[in-house]
Amino acid sequence: MGVNNLLPLFVAVPLALGFVMPVLGRIKRERILDVLAILGALFLFGLTVLLFRGGDGVYWMGNWKPTLVEGKTLLGICLVSDGLTRLLLLVVNVVTFLVIIFSSGYMSRYTSRGLYYSLFFLMVAGMNGVVLTGDFFNLYVFLEIASIASYALVAFGCESEELEASFKYLVLGAIGTLLVLVGVALLYGLTGTLNMGQVAQILGNAGKMARPAYLALCLFLAGFGIKAAMVPFHAWLPDAHPSAPAPISAMLSGVLIKAIGVYALCRVVFNVFGATTPGVAQVLVAMGIISMVAGAFLMIGQWDLKRLLAYSSISHMGYVVLAVGVAAGVLARGGPSGLAALAIFGGLFHLLNHATFKSLLFLASGAIEHAIGTRDLKKMSGLSKTMPVTSGCTRVASLAIAGVPPFNGFFSKLIIVIAVVWAGHYWLAAVTVLVSFVTLVTFVKVQRCIVQGEPTGSAADAREAPASMTLPMVVLAVICVVAGVLALFFRADLFNPAEDAMIGQSSGYVSRFELPGQP
Amino acid sequence: MPAYLPYLLCMVLLAIGIYGMVAKKNVIKIIIGLAITEYAINMFLVLLGWRGGPKPLAPILAPGQAEQQFLANAVDPLPQALVLTSIVVGLSVLALAVALAVRLYQKYGTFDITEIRKLRG
Repeated sequence: MGVNNLLPLFVAVPLALGFVMPVLGRIKRERILDVLAILGALFLFGLTVLLFRGGDGVYWMGNWKPTLVEGKTLLGICLVSDGLTRLLLLVVNVVTFLVIIFSSGYMSRYTSRGLYYSLFFLMVAGMNGVVLTGDFFNLYVFLEIASIASYALVAFGCESEELEASFKYLVLGAIGTLLVLVGVALLYGLTGTLNMGQVAQILGNAGKMARPAYLALCLFLAGFGIKAAMVPFHAWLPDAHPSAPAPISAMLSGVLIKAIGVYALCRVVFNVFGATTPGVAQVLVAMGIISMVAGAFLMIGQWDLKRLLAYSSISHMGYVVLAVGVAAGVLARGGPSGLAALAIFGGLFHLLNHATFKSLLFLASGAIEHAIGTRDLKKMSGLSKTMPVTSGCTRVASLAIAGVPPFNGFFSKLIIVIAVVWAGHYWLAAVTVLVSFVTLVTFVKVQRCIVQGEPTGSAADAREAPASMTLPMVVLAVICVVAGVLALFFRADLFNPAEDAMIGQSSGYVSRFELPGQP
Repeated sequence: MPAYLPYLLCMVLLAIGIYGMVAKKNVIKIIIGLAITEYAINMFLVLLGWRGGPKPLAPILAPGQAEQQFLANAVDPLPQALVLTSIVVGLSVLALAVALAVRLYQKYGTFDITEIRKLRG
């Protein structure tokens, strides 16, 4: 329990850095900012590793623990740590650490680095907060902190395309968070509490869900669906992700859509409402499969490298949501919990893998743009001669994303397909395999354009990126190679608690809060 | 006045705001739609705190006031605290949106989103 007293630091440290950075930015020594940012990110990473040594637990802010007063449970605001939270914290903070190292080299082409790091850490604070919080209103506030910082980061270069993409993202993102807020308000009106555990308890005790609860669930599905860029709510992503600076694209595609989209969706559907209605599972499966197919087919024709990667993000988020939806369907039917666990394992494993190879690909696209000044696939060729490290990392990531064994993408896609077949959805499994094949074809095209051939034009005198940019890419590439095999061994430590947290549904989640008696 | 009328007005306001955000072609009108949506939701939150009763009170305990009578009549203070936070959050979104609109106008020379279209699907 001792480690869980450190939970507020996950939000407090990046928030503090977010406010210190612009002040320090006044000094004209940018190295200080880089060093401070790397140290801050390293601290968050160390804290995450430390958290894995402690068990599940709840941290009550200001020690306002739930107490029974005249038959009513009174409680304060809390942060919750369980298996799912820890997995997401690991993904967020590892990618943050590597991207910060990359930024220290890449951001030399932009001015006002203090403001950049400030927005970056505000976004990290928001994501860590969303993942940790056990309170609906805090969920909304952290969601907005992460979103507002990301709107501003997309427009960081202030070029006309970036402003346009950022405005589009802001309008759609604001609709998403406002829908979430209406959902929170409806739940408060229905249950009289904002604590997610208490809401889950009241909804669970009521048995059949009341109509306002259904409406709230629909609003959450739409709101978090916008944040996770599920088709039909995806229109902002292919503009916003490519327009941002490359490290930010890596953060947005690598972790933001997962932390504030897919994670929040899973937490609300499984732990608060409980996956007891087959309808919800069908909605998730439908969103997943449509995103998967639409993302993949829109991806084929793209020649802008970063835009292609953005469409592929939509497709891969579809895989995750499909797996989670299949698990929800199994749980709703009262099917074997081992099958639900396998489907959730596939989904979460794919989430982790996507975070590694997609951020690697975006970082590599940044390094290539840094060297030859274009993102157009037709204008780059033969980079294996001039930029061996970058093109080697691109090759590893492309093989991983296309699902070639023995890279990590293969194992997670395989597990998802096995779980889908076992659950009896044969045609869904066929579509999953087809989409995987389309991804393979597209990334063969990317390979041919970037790596192979003779260097021509500006690619001929490209230089390898500096060590601060290649080092994080190499680390991510190594993770892509070894994670596939290692995760099968580490499933007990890393994934099983997360599966249990989701399969436990609302009753398992409520028990974590140790509420005294009835609310 | 039926009890549901304020809620109905609130939802009408919400619908107007979302219509403005989705259907309007002018950047400034979209931002106005965003503001209307935020106000509608803030009003909804405040309405949730209304507990009826013949003599509603502000949730501030005056000196010498009987506690039982206060508890029976005061409105729920929690949604009001939430609204304060949500106003601040909404303000920062609006400020960012307006800043982006100013920069967009400098780059494109227009507020019409059908002409601000360098990115394509």
